Amino acid sequence: MTQLTDRPAAASPTLQARGGPATARVARARSGRWGRVLFYAAIGFFAVNVAGLVGTVLVDSFATEWFGTWLPPGLTTRWYEYIAADHDMPLLLFNTFFVAAATTLIALLLGFPAAYVLARGTFRGRGLLAALYALPMLVPPLVYGIPLATLLLRLNLGDTLAGVVLINLVPIVPFVILILAPFIEQVDPSLEAASRMLGAGRWQTFRRVVLPLVVPGLLTAGLLAVVRTIAMFELTFLVAEAQSETLVVALYNDAFAAGMRPVQAISALAVVYMLTTMALLGIALFFVKPTQFVVRLKER
Amino acid sequence: MATVPDTRRGLGPGGRIRVDRGALLLSLPALICVGVLFVFPFLFGIDLSLRTGARAAGPWTLANYTQFFGDPDQVNTIWTTFRVALPVTIFSVALSVPLAYVMRHGVKYERLITSLLILPITLGTVMVAQAVLNYFGPVGWVNQVLQALDLVHEPVRFTHNWLGVEIALFLNGFPLVFVMILGYMSGIDPELERASRMLGAGPGQTFWRVLLPVTLPGLAIAFCLSFVANFGVFPSATLVGEPEGPTRVIAIAAYDAAFVQYNPPQGTAIALLMGVIELAVVGVVLWLRARTTRTATIRGGKGA
Repeated sequence: MTQLTDRPAAASPTLQARGGPATARVARARSGRWGRVLFYAAIGFFAVNVAGLVGTVLVDSFATEWFGTWLPPGLTTRWYEYIAADHDMPLLLFNTFFVAAATTLIALLLGFPAAYVLARGTFRGRGLLAALYALPMLVPPLVYGIPLATLLLRLNLGDTLAGVVLINLVPIVPFVILILAPFIEQVDPSLEAASRMLGAGRWQTFRRVVLPLVVPGLLTAGLLAVVRTIAMFELTFLVAEAQSETLVVALYNDAFAAGMRPVQAISALAVVYMLTTMALLGIALFFVKPTQFVVRLKER
Repeated sequence: MATVPDTRRGLGPGGRIRVDRGALLLSLPALICVGVLFVFPFLFGIDLSLRTGARAAGPWTLANYTQFFGDPDQVNTIWTTFRVALPVTIFSVALSVPLAYVMRHGVKYERLITSLLILPITLGTVMVAQAVLNYFGPVGWVNQVLQALDLVHEPVRFTHNWLGVEIALFLNGFPLVFVMILGYMSGIDPELERASRMLGAGPGQTFWRVLLPVTLPGLAIAFCLSFVANFGVFPSATLVGEPEGPTRVIAIAAYDAAFVQYNPPQGTAIALLMGVIELAVVGVVLWLRARTTRTATIRGGKGA
C-alpha cells in the first residue's frame, strides 16, 4: 500500500504545510496519483456496469423485440400499454405511495420522542434500550416477518394496507430513531436550558427551540425511510396480495413467473418502479449528502 | 410533549442532560411499537414453532426442528447460505478498504460518486436482480462485449447460478459497506497518521499499524450489517440463482415451508433457526471486535 495524499500537490497548498523534504513530497504526490487513478478506474468500472444494468432495462422496455444484438431492431411503447392492461397501475402506485408515506409518518411520530430520550438521557438501561432498537435491524426480515405475517393473517390483516404498514414499521421505526439521535445530539442542550430559564414552558421550548433545529434530521430520516420502504420487498411480499400489492411486489411476481409474459413487459414495469424511486431519491439527495451523517455519527 | 430536561440538575457527563422520569415516557410509543410488532411476534413464533398440525394447537413438541435436522436437503440450506453470503460480504469489505483509503481526505466529484453508489441500494434487491438477468444474461451486453473483444467464444453463464447471486448481492451490498467504511476512515484524526509518519513509519507501516487497527471496529460493524443482509438473501436467490439447487438458501426453505406448503409452524421454526445462526455469527464478530479493539488501543498507546 502506498502513501496517498488527498489532492495533487499543485492543487493543495495545505500539503506544503505538512512538511517533509520536497523530494518526498513529489514522490508522495506521484504515488498518490496512481492510487487515485486506480480509485477512479474502479469507481468508473462500477458506474459503467450500473449504467449498463439500468440501460438494459430501459432499452428493453421500448424494444419491439431484442435478442442477441447490440440494440433492438425497432422501438415501441406498446409494453407500457401492455402493463397498464395487465396490472391495475393506479392501484399499484397508490399502494406504493400510501405505504411509504404512512410508514414514514408513523415512524417519525413514534421515533422522534424515542430518539430524543436516547440522545439526551443518561439513565440506567440506556445501552439496553439502544440495543433493543438496533435488534430489528440486525436480523434478516424473514426471521421476524414469517411469524408476524402469520399473526397478521390470523388477525384478518392479510392483504390489507394496514397490515402492510404494520409489518414495514418493524425495521423503519428503529431506522428512524438511529438516524435522528445524532441530529438531536448536535443541538446544544444549553439552548434548551436557556429557553427554560427565560421562562418558556416545555412545549414552547420544544416547538420554538428544539424542533426548528432538528428539521434537517427529520427530513433526512423521513426521505431515507421513504426510499427504504419503497425498496423493502420481503416484508410487504409476505402480507400483500392483489388488493394491497405495491410496485416492488408486482415486479417480483412478474419476474418470478418469467415466461408468463414478454420480457419487455417486465422491463416496462421495472422502469415505472425505477422512475418512482428515482424521483424520491432525487428529492432526498437534494437535501442530504449520503456520507455526511455517517461521518457525523463518528465525529460526535 | 414534555421533552425538556430538568434544568435544576444541570448537565450530565458528556454534554448529556439527565432526563426526569416523565421524559422517559417519551420512549413509550416506540417501545410499544417494537414490543408489539417485534418482541411479541418473536415469542409467538417460538410458541408456534413448537406446535404442529394445521391448527397449530397441539402440545409443545420439537417435531419441526427434528424434521428440519433430519432432512439432509434442509440442513444443506444452511451451508448453501454461508456459501452465498460469506464470499460476497468479505469481498465487499476487502474492496472497500483500499478505495476508502484513497478517498479518506475527500476526492473530486464526491457527491456524484456517492450518489452513483447509492443508486443500486435505492433500486432495491428485486430491481437489481431483474436488471442483472438482462444485462449479464447469455445475450446481454456483458456477454456481447466479452465476445466482441474476443475474450470468450461462448457466452459466459453469469445468471441462474451461484455467480449471479453473488453479482446481485454485491451490487446491492457493496455501496453501503463502502460508504460506512469511508465514514470510519475519514473520521480518523489526521494527526495520528502524521505522528506515525513523523516517527519514521513508512506509508505501508502507517496503514497496517495505525490506520487499519483504528478502522477495525468499523470494519466489523460494516461486515455485520452486510452479512445480515446477505444471509437473509431471498429475491436475488430466487430470481438470479437456482432456487431449486445450488442457491436454495435457508430463507427460501423458510418461505416455502410457511407459504407454499402452508405450514407456518415449520416455516417459523426454520426462520428462527436462520435468526439464531445469523446472530451467532454476528456475536462472534462483535466479540472479536471487542478483543481486537483492546489490543489496538494498547498498541496505539505505545506508538503515540
